[in-house]
Amino acid sequence: MGGKRRSLASAFAALIAVWSLPAQAQVTSQRLVAASSEPQNWLTYSGSYYSQRYSALDQITPANVKNLKLQWVYQSPVAGNWQTTPLVVDGVMYLTQRLNDVVALDAITGRAFWTYRYTPAQDRIVCCGANNRGLAILGNTLFMGTLDAQLIALDARTGRPIWKAEVAITKDGYSITHAPLVVKDKVIVGVGGGEYGIRGFIAAYDAATGKEAWRFYTIPAPGEPGSETWQPCPKAANIFCDPEAWKHGGGSIWMTGSYDPQLNLTYWGVGNVGPDYNGAQRPGDNLYTDSVVALDVDTGKLKWHYQFTPHDVYDYDSVQVPVLIDNWANNRINVIAWANRNGNFYVLDRATGRFFIGEPFVKVNWMSGFDERGRPMQTPQPAGRPTYPGNQGGTNWYSPSFSPRTGLFYISAWEDYASIYSPAPSEYKVGSNFVGGGPQNLSAVPGAPGLGRSPINTWTDAAGHGAVIALDPSSGREKWKFKMTDVTDSGILTTASDLLFTGGREGFFQALDARTGALLWKTNLGAAINSGPITYRVGTRQYVSIVSGLSLFVFALDE
Amino acid sequence: MRRLPAAVAGVVMWIGPLAVAGEAQAPLHDSQYSDADIAYGATLYAARCVTCHGTQGDAIGGVNLRSGTFRNAVIDRDLERFIRAGSPAGMPAFVLDNSEMAGIIAYVRNMNAFDAAAVKTGDATRGRAIFNGKGACTGCHRAGAAGSIVGPNLSDVGAARSAGSLQRSLVDPASQMMPINRPVRVVTKDGAIVNGRRLNEDTYSLQLMDDRGTLRSFLKADLRDYTVSATSPMPSYKGTLSGDELADVLAYLLSLKGQL
Repeated sequence: MGGKRRSLASAFAALIAVWSLPAQAQVTSQRLVAASSEPQNWLTYSGSYYSQRYSALDQITPANVKNLKLQWVYQSPVAGNWQTTPLVVDGVMYLTQRLNDVVALDAITGRAFWTYRYTPAQDRIVCCGANNRGLAILGNTLFMGTLDAQLIALDARTGRPIWKAEVAITKDGYSITHAPLVVKDKVIVGVGGGEYGIRGFIAAYDAATGKEAWRFYTIPAPGEPGSETWQPCPKAANIFCDPEAWKHGGGSIWMTGSYDPQLNLTYWGVGNVGPDYNGAQRPGDNLYTDSVVALDVDTGKLKWHYQFTPHDVYDYDSVQVPVLIDNWANNRINVIAWANRNGNFYVLDRATGRFFIGEPFVKVNWMSGFDERGRPMQTPQPAGRPTYPGNQGGTNWYSPSFSPRTGLFYISAWEDYASIYSPAPSEYKVGSNFVGGGPQNLSAVPGAPGLGRSPINTWTDAAGHGAVIALDPSSGREKWKFKMTDVTDSGILTTASDLLFTGGREGFFQALDARTGALLWKTNLGAAINSGPITYRVGTRQYVSIVSGLSLFVFALDE
Repeated sequence: MRRLPAAVAGVVMWIGPLAVAGEAQAPLHDSQYSDADIAYGATLYAARCVTCHGTQGDAIGGVNLRSGTFRNAVIDRDLERFIRAGSPAGMPAFVLDNSEMAGIIAYVRNMNAFDAAAVKTGDATRGRAIFNGKGACTGCHRAGAAGSIVGPNLSDVGAARSAGSLQRSLVDPASQMMPINRPVRVVTKDGAIVNGRRLNEDTYSLQLMDDRGTLRSFLKADLRDYTVSATSPMPSYKGTLSGDELADVLAYLLSLKGQL
């Protein structure tokens, strides 16, 4: 593009941006489909239906990123691991904070327009912290799932509730922690509770009324397709086995799915089987746990599935955000790319679920390879021996990124990390922890006190470390790696100027060269980063935001 | 969610002559308790207290509500604490919103002087029709899913505000306008004028909802002029609505206890 045309185009873009600033037009379902064409906004949890966490904004570049300055900070009043990703719509930032508050902030100053507080039921049962990862929007309505398994619609202009739907009964172990996905006129959510013996499901609700439109159970009932993978208990069993294991088979949903408008399919990653570690009491592959399911978005009917970890005994939830890539490997095939908690990077055909590649991106010893249909050949380790990757996985729920410019897929990874698993029988009791034993981290000095992480990191590299790994998705081969001393739970953002933003447990927020992995800028925000960065533009200015500890930080270049 | 029994929410009394005579600046009652609160409290008392305390307030030994003889309370705050906590002697703990508590206390303090025969009865269903129709309240306000978002949302106003405050707001809106709802007028340095309702403000910036319902934020350094008005854009309904109609609207507003 010639210089003159470029400046004309950017002047026009700036004009549009300024003009559209006070407009706050409704977020139609068409806008959601084309979300990546309005990079000034961040309209869904993962930035677009393709969930690439890639932005076309390019004002901040590898050359000027070192000049980033803090613009504002928003501090949450509630302590705890804050995992939210904000939405930004025409100059207004909407975000959740613990427990189930929603706040609308001016995206330039960080000042609040309104706050909404929902108090989840006292008898709620939620694993692993009172987390809420974000919101969805349609029209002028925001949608939030709650810790006590409700779905709430709010007026985005006033923060006033419009409707509330009970998705599941929380005291039975159900919760909602992920951001809903809005497609057309429906709000799609799933339920958490994989450590409480739930029977997981994904459900769609009418966005206007909150009426349930369809429900897909991630654990099939007897007689339904997939139920044959919940096998009968052996007859002469002298081991504990549960003949009705499917009833509390887990299959939780706790990360947001993706959507292919052409195929009309929505893709969701399914969590671990229950109980997590004691496979003997639930014989079979235990579908659809640790799988990706492709559902017709209008009916909720299963189009295809692929199971990453059949008969999982390692808690390898497959809840990772599905990343959609078109024209994979220049083969005109549209795929899902997936870096799984089980340590493998996968590429699947988006229309059929056909397995193309599976390559380990970290040390893996629970399996040795794949058969021709893509089923892993499992190699269980002897009792007391470490299994790689460990319980928290080679990656986990941390959002990956794909840059169509570099063609690379970026993963927040835990390298050389292992656990020693000790399964034990677990009897199901409503609302009680249901995991079947437990893992131990591989310790440098067995029998000594556990290794600390923060504020003083006493881990050794023998216990593993964090990294950003850039893969070529056509081969699964590593292109570069940015190694950290501590591990990372941060999501990743890439931009059209070939920048990569990410954090880590050490509290550094850093910008890398997306092509090479070279460190270009870093700042210490003082607490672990457990969320994903986003970028947006108001007027002519590009901003980058990230949550660290109890604070949301927003950076931009000085004007 | 707390919900008032429909029979109570739907029937609220109103001391007609006093209210109609109530001038904007003059106190509506010569005590600290407004007539609307006393009347609202009377309905709540009849629904929730009378079974144990009796119509005369003297059915519990050692307690005479009419004459102000209490076992455990001296000032209103004692009463409030006692009603919320209950008593091991047998009184249950009551969950009451702000409006209800203000009403109960006002009534208990005025049982002696309260004349049930002098009150008119407001009807929430009729009040709702006036709210949506003749009163044109939804032109600015919203209750539940219906109405404009430009004015304050009233979906839970019947829990947040006392009956007396609501009553006064109908005839003298400015006197009851919360500072955060004050109308603002902003003139930017390039001459654009924006009118709206103030949502938030700090030393350097201002957040408002403009009169089209859009959320706007301004840096004060970018403004030529910025004024906050203490005058409410809401008209007084004194004279526009009859005493009966005002009673009906008040009954409806008191029934708005929030949705979620």
